[in-house]
Amino acid sequence: MAKIKGAIEVDVEKCKGCGVCIPACPTDVILLAKNVNGKGYHYAYMENPEACIGCVNCAIVCPDGVISVYKVKVA
Amino acid sequence: MSEIKLMKGNEAIAEAAILAGCDAYFGYPITPQSEVIEYLMVERPEDRTGMIVLQAESEIAAIHMVYGAAGAGKKVMTSSSSPGISLKQEGISYIAAAELPCLIVNVVRGGPGLGTIQPSQADYFQSTKGGGHGDYRLIVLAPASVQEMADFVEDSFKLAFKYRTPVMILSDGVIGQMMEKVIMPEQMPRLTDDEILERYGDWANTGKTKLRERNIITSLNLDSNVQEAHNIKLQAKYSQIEENEVRYEAINCNDAEYIIVAYGSSARVAQKSMAMARAKGIKVGIFRLISLFPFPKKEINALADRVKGFLAVEMSAGQMIEDVRLAVNGKVPAEHYGRYGGVIHSPEEVLASLENKIIGG
Amino acid sequence: MDIKDIIKPENLVYKRTELMTDKALSYCPGCGHGTAHNITMEVIEEMGIWEDTIGVAPVGCSVLAYEFMNIDMTQAAHGRAPAVATGIKRVWPDKFVFTYQGDGDLAAIGGNETIHACNRGENIVIIFINNGIYGMTGGQMAPTTLPGMKSSTSPYGRDISTMGHPLKMTELVAQLPGTYFVTRQAVHTPNAVRKAKKAIRKAFEIQKEKKGLAFIEIVSNCNSGWKMEPVDSNNWMVDNMFPYFPLGDIKVNGELVK
Repeated sequence: MAKIKGAIEVDVEKCKGCGVCIPACPTDVILLAKNVNGKGYHYAYMENPEACIGCVNCAIVCPDGVISVYKVKVA
Repeated sequence: MSEIKLMKGNEAIAEAAILAGCDAYFGYPITPQSEVIEYLMVERPEDRTGMIVLQAESEIAAIHMVYGAAGAGKKVMTSSSSPGISLKQEGISYIAAAELPCLIVNVVRGGPGLGTIQPSQADYFQSTKGGGHGDYRLIVLAPASVQEMADFVEDSFKLAFKYRTPVMILSDGVIGQMMEKVIMPEQMPRLTDDEILERYGDWANTGKTKLRERNIITSLNLDSNVQEAHNIKLQAKYSQIEENEVRYEAINCNDAEYIIVAYGSSARVAQKSMAMARAKGIKVGIFRLISLFPFPKKEINALADRVKGFLAVEMSAGQMIEDVRLAVNGKVPAEHYGRYGGVIHSPEEVLASLENKIIGG
Repeated sequence: MDIKDIIKPENLVYKRTELMTDKALSYCPGCGHGTAHNITMEVIEEMGIWEDTIGVAPVGCSVLAYEFMNIDMTQAAHGRAPAVATGIKRVWPDKFVFTYQGDGDLAAIGGNETIHACNRGENIVIIFINNGIYGMTGGQMAPTTLPGMKSSTSPYGRDISTMGHPLKMTELVAQLPGTYFVTRQAVHTPNAVRKAKKAIRKAFEIQKEKKGLAFIEIVSNCNSGWKMEPVDSNNWMVDNMFPYFPLGDIKVNGELVK
């Protein structure tokens, strides 16, 4: 059975660190970084990338549209 | 050659709008200008030219419909009377700020407040000095006959699009309600969608194609330096209008010793006063304002070098007189006369005032 | 598998629509406005109608919507967006026209314009963001502020005996024969976003078919105005706003639901 592997790419400088993506993720991939971006926001990042299934939930609830989602089928 | 018709001033405006190829009229009934929308509704211009007529829920909504449609590159208008024009001031300020072309007709009645439905010229300040908030001007044309009610419609649209600015026809209850013969212009076709895209596609909201950046119609500039620059641009436009678009009619001014300055129906009354004065050997001329903004400052200032005095006649407590005095600049006496609150002065009253305030004074 | 092998252009499944400009949104972190903007633009992109769409921005937090939506837009005076949209739609009946308004704009100062555009059945889409407060001016009471809810002009909580009741504008306009589709949505969870987007798509399809006015309320948060963390404000919205403003379709195909 093919397995789905996903990954997200966060536009770090545009992320406002609101954290709305965190509860939206069904596999607990995302956390806010301890570091801040140029505007002082703790941006979102993949703390647990192995678990990402590329479901796009985080991206569609992101008010600032800063998350791009990628997905591959792994045989 | 068009046939001669007998029409009310308000009807002439409405018919002229159809003939000018106007795309839409948005309005709200108010006396003494309701005939404009009534005429349009009877005439069904949608069948004649495709012109849209919509009775809005308020004067406020009507002017904002005009704002929307003007911003979309169309030739649009509204009309009202004094209290309704007060309601429209918000939208007029936005239209001026966003540099949109449109025609606004004010068939003035007596105020302040709900006032009276009788004619008045007490909206001069409101029309020529801004009316709404901010530094802006309207081009204001004042017809003195039913024929001019008709003629000024296309003129106004030409000015509105030339300068991308709102133009007001400032009429009054006399001109709006009275019937006179009028010769209508030929039907002009409405612009096609392609013509609109070609002419106004660089600024109007017509849909963002791949060929251009998006067009934004707005009056918001959060950066005060940008807002100041926008104001400077507007002021430059108004200066250009003052330079190019002054309109007036000088009647018997060449040999005149005294000048009556008047516009609209007051200029009609003054014609009789002038005739009576000349019969008595007093050399009176009339300087009839057609454009109230731009105001013919230079022309009146030049006249002041060779006449003995000016009488500003207007159906108000004295509004236009302030511009006349600024133009005369103290060279000779300039006084005001006018009945107001819906009362129309008689030729005799005007002449008596001239004799008492200027000649006798 | 390495992340670098996943993050490749051919594997892209979602990114922000190009109908949103590159400008950083002026909204506070976590504000639902951004999400509502995104899905509106996604619908316009998916329908392929951006060259024929004109948007009308309000006064309020979303006054700058025209900076973010990469289409032709007109910024309307406070509350007048439905009249402005009427003007545009009447002279360009084949264009798609929508307004995007907040609660102060649509339900307070623009109540009359809203009701009459709905009643005339103007063939436009109205998107109404209701967060129960005036965000832009600094958290004053809105017509939709809940009973007892604190704002800078109801500092002890909204007292309905003197300040009136929260206005259910969406139920109100559903009563008017000119509205064809009236719904209340939210954008705080992935499922809510998907449903809201479907509703917006339906609204634009209705406009395409010239069936009448489609009115979409989006109950949203205002974490700054409510003085909460973004995620907390979404939870507060679920617990407090949704009971008063329940989600779901109110009118479908011109018929009231139930």
